[in-house]
Amino acid sequence: MRLLFMGAAALSVVITALIILAIVGEAWNFISQVDLPALWAGGWFPRRGMFDIPTIVTGTLAIAGIGMLVAVPLGLGAAIYLAEYASPRARGLLKPVLEILASVPSIVLGYFALQWISPNVIQNVCVGGSSNFNMGAAGIAVGILVTPLIASVAEDAMYAVPRSLREASYGLGARKRTTSLRVVVPAAISGIVAALIIGFSRALGETMIVAIAAGGTGGSLFSLNPCGQGQTMTAAMTALATGSDQVRGSDLAYPSLFFVGFLLFAFTLALNVLSERFVRSVRLKY
Amino acid sequence: MTNLASSTSVSAEMVRERISGRRVDVGGRTFEVFLLIALLASLAILVTLLVDVFSRGSGVYLERGLDFLVSPLSSEASGAGIGQGLFGSLALMLIVALTAFPIGIGAAIYLEEYARDTTPTRFITANIRNLAGVPSIVYGLLGLAVFVVALRDFTGPESQGRSILSGGLTLAIVVLPIVIITTSEALRAVPTGIREAAYGVGATRWQTVRSHVIPYAAPGILTGTILSMARAFGETAPLIMVGGAVSFLATSDRGLLETIQGKYTTLPTSIYQWVQEPQRAFIELSAAGIMALLVTILMVNGIAIFLRNRYARRW
Amino acid sequence: MHEGGDRVTVKTREPASPEIVQAEDGGPTIRLMAVKHELDEPEGIAPAGGGEATPLAFAADEVVFELDALSCYYGDFRAVKDISLQVPKNQITAIIGPSGCGKSTLLRSFNRMNDLVDSARITGTIRYHGVDLYADGVDAVEVRRRIGMVFQKPNPFPKSIYDNVAFGPRVAGFRGDMAGLVEQSLRRAALWDEVKDKLREPGTTLSGGQQQRLCIARAIAVEPDVILMDEPCSALDPIATLRIEELMRELKQNYTIVIVTHNMQQAARVSDVTAFLTMGEDRAGYLVEMAPTQDIFTRPTNRLTEDYITGRFG
Repeated sequence: MRLLFMGAAALSVVITALIILAIVGEAWNFISQVDLPALWAGGWFPRRGMFDIPTIVTGTLAIAGIGMLVAVPLGLGAAIYLAEYASPRARGLLKPVLEILASVPSIVLGYFALQWISPNVIQNVCVGGSSNFNMGAAGIAVGILVTPLIASVAEDAMYAVPRSLREASYGLGARKRTTSLRVVVPAAISGIVAALIIGFSRALGETMIVAIAAGGTGGSLFSLNPCGQGQTMTAAMTALATGSDQVRGSDLAYPSLFFVGFLLFAFTLALNVLSERFVRSVRLKY
Repeated sequence: MTNLASSTSVSAEMVRERISGRRVDVGGRTFEVFLLIALLASLAILVTLLVDVFSRGSGVYLERGLDFLVSPLSSEASGAGIGQGLFGSLALMLIVALTAFPIGIGAAIYLEEYARDTTPTRFITANIRNLAGVPSIVYGLLGLAVFVVALRDFTGPESQGRSILSGGLTLAIVVLPIVIITTSEALRAVPTGIREAAYGVGATRWQTVRSHVIPYAAPGILTGTILSMARAFGETAPLIMVGGAVSFLATSDRGLLETIQGKYTTLPTSIYQWVQEPQRAFIELSAAGIMALLVTILMVNGIAIFLRNRYARRW
Repeated sequence: MHEGGDRVTVKTREPASPEIVQAEDGGPTIRLMAVKHELDEPEGIAPAGGGEATPLAFAADEVVFELDALSCYYGDFRAVKDISLQVPKNQITAIIGPSGCGKSTLLRSFNRMNDLVDSARITGTIRYHGVDLYADGVDAVEVRRRIGMVFQKPNPFPKSIYDNVAFGPRVAGFRGDMAGLVEQSLRRAALWDEVKDKLREPGTTLSGGQQQRLCIARAIAVEPDVILMDEPCSALDPIATLRIEELMRELKQNYTIVIVTHNMQQAARVSDVTAFLTMGEDRAGYLVEMAPTQDIFTRPTNRLTEDYITGRFG
């Protein structure tokens, strides 16, 4: 039996190896064949042979950035309230709200971005008109997606701070806000930073929201304008994979898919390893 | 902050003056209100979302009733439904359950019960944690390279590999790290006393695991697998990569092998197709599909939590 | 009970030395006897005997706390019952008794720490320099700035040593010479020499005894009037314990100290006045006897007290 189980565990290593092999292989295929100027071509139009990496990278960062602007205040605020202020009854009522929000699949939020956020929020904020597809709506929806994740990890970190530290603070004549902000949050800071990193990593890898709401199907020019369309690494990948039966267009379109996938994998892996470091240092302290 | 201890005579008046007069802590109250607003904002967003979906989608159910649930994809909005999508999703879930669950639970059992704390073990555990954080679209890419292209002859010679089998196996890989992690946690929660009691009467490790550890951890393992199912049910991105988005399920009678080697669509990918059409009729279809999706996911999550609470034993 | 007037002056004292005597049932037991001790015998405070608690009375300007029929409840459960006593200024008052009899609850009512528990409430009064601590309009936060607390397990913040000590004053809005205040507090806590070169290091890197002294310095930094100590040495080794006891004797010059301890020998070594609590049948703690320490340990008036200090229970 032991061998059976060991085989199962080893499978996880195999999967990682496969990911790396498959992706790196084709990615190398791409990068070795592509003309380097095509990588700075002013726009991402893979089927026409324009592979402007900065376009999709900035698109990803822009939307993830907007998402964090939404998710950090909402997520941390909710976390501090639940950990420090909420009565057990309030906690029992409000925590499930976050859990339900966390279980909403991203395709639903993509719908929400296009059908509600874009008309009701973006159209009002962006003067000079904007298309229905824009990075702002996608960014906000990504923020909504990530909020419960940040809230949950940060709240766990704060909850883990021992009661004795809070007592020491109150015993010195500090009020609740001071204790929360100047004792509990600093004590839980590693976990809170881990929450932010995890949230950001999730935002980078989000696909459906941007595929539906950010526009840029088929290609996009370099843009930093949240009121306009944009393209992320993830949406670029889906655009490449759909389309006609086999990924057609420029011969390098298919390998470019893997190159982008490799970039994404590398970014998120680096962030996740970083967040592990922070989580571990929380455990060491207590 | 005068040191009362150093003053020679302390009058009650002095003291009362110093410790009385509770000023309303404006700063603290405002802060608390802001935090509550942050939390309630999430609630408001959830409610807005649900209201929007329901208002747009319920019309479809009111007009067509169950017909929506069984109709296939179609270019006519009035005749299109999620029948094929539901079938595809269920087929995928079955494949996931048959592959990811045994492998994931087995791996977790190995890591928690058999493996010693050596560098290779720690490497594997770290590896699994990292896999859990990889965006699901990357798994779609893997599925594309391995199942759709490389293993085409096995997964779907007729459908260029873009088959239920490919989709199911890809989703299984997405879900595998989560299953391993939740099962590991459930196993870790089993008190060591239980294992020690079994070893103490001479049981082998497998006997201990099979007869004592697994039964105790079963509710936790069950909850974890059900939750991961709910998660897999809503996954779309990897399926797009391996070809589930633009495919129809042929309705003719086919054998099992042909079906799983054939093209398909799922509930989320059906929704994805409809969302991309600007006509209002399709928007309503997508909202109706989302209603079905949310109801299913919430029900499955609810069952998982109910089971966890019902069977959690306190020793 | 005798009103006002009489003073209990405690001069130099040697630690009480235990003497092994033969108990009534024939087995050996330990009786604590004080050795050469000068004490002005208070006149008129005759022990009542008969198991009734006789509140020890002090001069009006010597009283820091006055409790009048104080009971502490958690919801419907009464943890502490009808306590009436006085706590004198610039002395060390020890509260002893078996575990679970409400000593900590009583101590925490002095600085309204029990407020942090939702179901906690009191009846009766506690007066601090004549002011009812639980009156309407009294700010618990201001109370805690004047009545500081040191806890059983040292709990320094995960901040630097400097920031630990500076935390209280900063919160209270202190604008003067912070470095000077930190140094003074650390000196008074007998920790300065050991940490003066590493003020920026985290407080958690110190040893157990040092951490507790850091907590004392932290409490002192807000310049309180009273320091409450809830079993401050129970998590420390004997040497660290003795150092803290030395520190307490120095501190009482400037502060009033109330200490809860389950260690009788410690109470005998360190305190000037001792109150003995025990648990009644209703599981509420009540005051059995309160007297100058030497008296309690050499000629307790109550049978229960004598049983406790000779180790027959608790």
